[in-house]
Amino acid sequence: MNYRIIAYFIGRILRLEAVFMAPALAISLYQGEHAAAAGFLIAMGALLLVGVPWSWKRPENRSFGAREGFVTVGLVWVVVSLFGALPFFFGGGIPSYVDAVFETVSGFTTTGASILTEVESMAMGLLYWRSFTHWLGGMGVLVFLLAIVPMTRGSGASLHLLRAESPGPQVGKLVPKMHQTAKILYGIYVALTLLQIVLLLAGGMPLFDAVTTAFGTAGTGGFAVKNDSMAGYSFYLQTVVTVFMAVFGINFNIFYLLLIREFAKAFFNEELRVYLGIMLGSIALVTVNISHLYPSVREALHHAAFQVSSIMTTTGFATADFNLWPEFSRSLLVLLMVLGACAGSTGGGIKTARLIILFKSVRNEVWKMLHPRSVKLARMDGSILDEGTLYGVNAYMAVYCIIVAVSALLVSFDNFSFETNVTAVFACLNNIGPGLGLVGPMGNYSAFSDFSKLVLTANMLIGRLEIFPILALLMPTTWRRG
Amino acid sequence: MKIVIVGDGKVGCTLTERLSKEGHDIVVIDNNRQVLRESAEIFDVMAVHGNGASLRVQKAADVQNSDLLIAAASGDELNLLCCIIARKLGCKHTIARMRNPEYVEQLFFLREELGLSMMINPERASAKEIFRLLQFPTFLKRDSFAKGRAEIVEIVLREGSILSGKRLNELYKIAKVKVLVCAVEREDRVYIPDGSFRLQRGDKLYVTAPTQDLTALIKHLGLEKIKVRNAILVGGSRIAYYLARELEEAGIGVKIIETSEDRCNQLAELLPRAQIVHADGSSQAVLRAEGIEQTDAVVTLTNIDEENLLISMFANYLHVPKVVTKINRTEYTEVIRDKGIDSVISPKLLCANDIVRYVRAMQNTTGSVLALHRIVDERVEALEFLASPSTRHLGETLQQITLKPDILIACINRKGRIIIPKGDDTIEPGDTLIVVTTADRMIVDLNDIFADAPERLAAVQ
Repeated sequence: MNYRIIAYFIGRILRLEAVFMAPALAISLYQGEHAAAAGFLIAMGALLLVGVPWSWKRPENRSFGAREGFVTVGLVWVVVSLFGALPFFFGGGIPSYVDAVFETVSGFTTTGASILTEVESMAMGLLYWRSFTHWLGGMGVLVFLLAIVPMTRGSGASLHLLRAESPGPQVGKLVPKMHQTAKILYGIYVALTLLQIVLLLAGGMPLFDAVTTAFGTAGTGGFAVKNDSMAGYSFYLQTVVTVFMAVFGINFNIFYLLLIREFAKAFFNEELRVYLGIMLGSIALVTVNISHLYPSVREALHHAAFQVSSIMTTTGFATADFNLWPEFSRSLLVLLMVLGACAGSTGGGIKTARLIILFKSVRNEVWKMLHPRSVKLARMDGSILDEGTLYGVNAYMAVYCIIVAVSALLVSFDNFSFETNVTAVFACLNNIGPGLGLVGPMGNYSAFSDFSKLVLTANMLIGRLEIFPILALLMPTTWRRG
Repeated sequence: MKIVIVGDGKVGCTLTERLSKEGHDIVVIDNNRQVLRESAEIFDVMAVHGNGASLRVQKAADVQNSDLLIAAASGDELNLLCCIIARKLGCKHTIARMRNPEYVEQLFFLREELGLSMMINPERASAKEIFRLLQFPTFLKRDSFAKGRAEIVEIVLREGSILSGKRLNELYKIAKVKVLVCAVEREDRVYIPDGSFRLQRGDKLYVTAPTQDLTALIKHLGLEKIKVRNAILVGGSRIAYYLARELEEAGIGVKIIETSEDRCNQLAELLPRAQIVHADGSSQAVLRAEGIEQTDAVVTLTNIDEENLLISMFANYLHVPKVVTKINRTEYTEVIRDKGIDSVISPKLLCANDIVRYVRAMQNTTGSVLALHRIVDERVEALEFLASPSTRHLGETLQQITLKPDILIACINRKGRIIIPKGDDTIEPGDTLIVVTTADRMIVDLNDIFADAPERLAAVQ
């Protein structure tokens, strides 16, 4: 394994993180929050202290294979979170380092699960940083690095990074060059975020709230700067957020296709149609189910749409306490939690594409049992799904189930209800944030023990990086020589 | 530039590597998913699966918005079809690989009629290279410039050479013809030398000289003089056919040893004067029986690199005066160097050089890269440029012009007259210049060589 190049990548990322902390520091200084400003300065100092020496010189040996890709991505996310937690810890926001790491991982993985019982009293600089981690984690830190520094020009190393960091069963490039692909992805991302900020400002939201809400929506994260999440905002603002949550749950390739005017290809995309179908169907079902709780059907529809969009895209904002909704709606929302958004979006979960592939491979298996000699290939968007992809999806599902079972068992030491434990694991592993019971939309994770918090932190990372990069870090063969 | 490469075989893969390193946007099309996956993982390129001649696949690869399509798939007809479709889709330039000897006569006609930019025939080009080596067997390698008027030749300083210990500025006194040493390879290192550079035994010299002076050069340097009157070609591949034709025309006796009986019959039909032997050329007994000890040259052309290497080493062991080896897998050149295998020909590299030259010519405004050769195991690049009115520093003496480090003007061709440049020579419009530089630097335009031009670096891995 090429340790030098891994250290180089991590060093570059740490330097970048220090740069990203600068706006938060500026906000703290402007607001006169001295404790928070000191926290940011300490964190930036630590980042540069480690980052600069590690990335001082480009390594001579540039060999970079799949193994280096997985390890780099896994380590980068762990290291970035550990350093990202420093401002909370030293800035006086969160006194426990485990809590600070939980909050930061929750931010970078766009989960939005919080241990804070009281958000509004936090320093603004810290709140900004908390929301910004969503935005950066949504599209991926390494993808950002690939976009601005063409460090692996001419080699395929960058593909290993993109594959390990971007969600979905089939990750590919939009254009031949990696840094161009990364630039396009971030370009679309920035443009959509700005559009949302403008629309929120137009609805009378204060600038700080608009920016942080847009960060939370774009990364499908879910950290809000108000204690009651989105419930306090106007009808218009909630609707804007509903629409943008759904938009950020769509595969970014679709936006690229729209950009290059391939409208037919974009609209006939199977995953998009299934995704929108499930979303609209769920909204209709929930509306019917909860209509007796609200004065008008219109209001029920509004809340159903917001909650379904928030849960399915794994954002985790809330306008209503769906914990109090009827059992059918709650169960449906839990299923949507597991399903998640589209592959290649900023959302988490299993991804619609995997569901489709799984469904098709099961259908093929049944077909083959009935017609043993028939030859049948699974297709998606007209092209054949190769064995490797099918196998990958099946393996992913198997490991996913094992992780859910083991995590739920570990968390159950805290002696909360089964509902709380399982939905907490679901909410963290699928990067949603709120679950049911104690961790419902109006609750939080502060009641868990440090051990459970670490388990859930690991779940969030595993979920964001789609299991394998984190698993690779734990495999002894990864570190063996040769 | 956006370039689509159809066919990810030997040539396709070499081109993918070279062109992606030069910073182009590459899309590779192939039928084989496995090779595509490998290409996408090693190089920063996009892979499209499918038949490159199908309209759907070409559209998926965005051929309509590409600058160049290179068709290097398995069949000539397929390559032509690829190019025709790409032209109709609006791709500006197309290059097809055509290797079937039966089409050789109509290549020009086809190119004109179908609007292709270029046709490449790696086997024929290889045969030409080998033939040129057999003309002057003293040199390990020959690369020609200025329409064949000037060359860069490779000489190794063997034991007892009169050049050992001499400085380069003493060279003229010994060689008595105007030549210039543009690169020296010594123990894995490459030097672009100046006049004070002192030569040692074992150095490999890359010498620029007018073609007409090569005979005199051999004589004055006291190099071993060999004349090839007959040659044994082991393996009856397409290269063997093309080479045999050239050799026959030059009056050199040809013996081809080939294992397949069908192929022997074909060759016998195509080459009435050559001696065709149906036998296994990798067997020592066969080689001895066919007179390998008496022959002047052995060229190994089987499809298996290992066989070629073994036969060449055997021929060296028997002191055959000239041995040329064809090698497909070029990654291992470091290992085979100094094993007596000096003259190596790789069809895919020759072909890649041709296409890279074409692409660089497309990139610069005057379209004037006339030749591109890579010497010293691909580590040094020699390019020929046309000086146009837009070239800077025209009319200034070379003394006044500062070039970037590790760049050398090796030769100036002024209306057919070859000038080995001195400090008081000038660059005039209409001249063609041979520029030598290390291969990690990418020279696209003649103006790139001057110290005051911005640096372009090829991506390094």
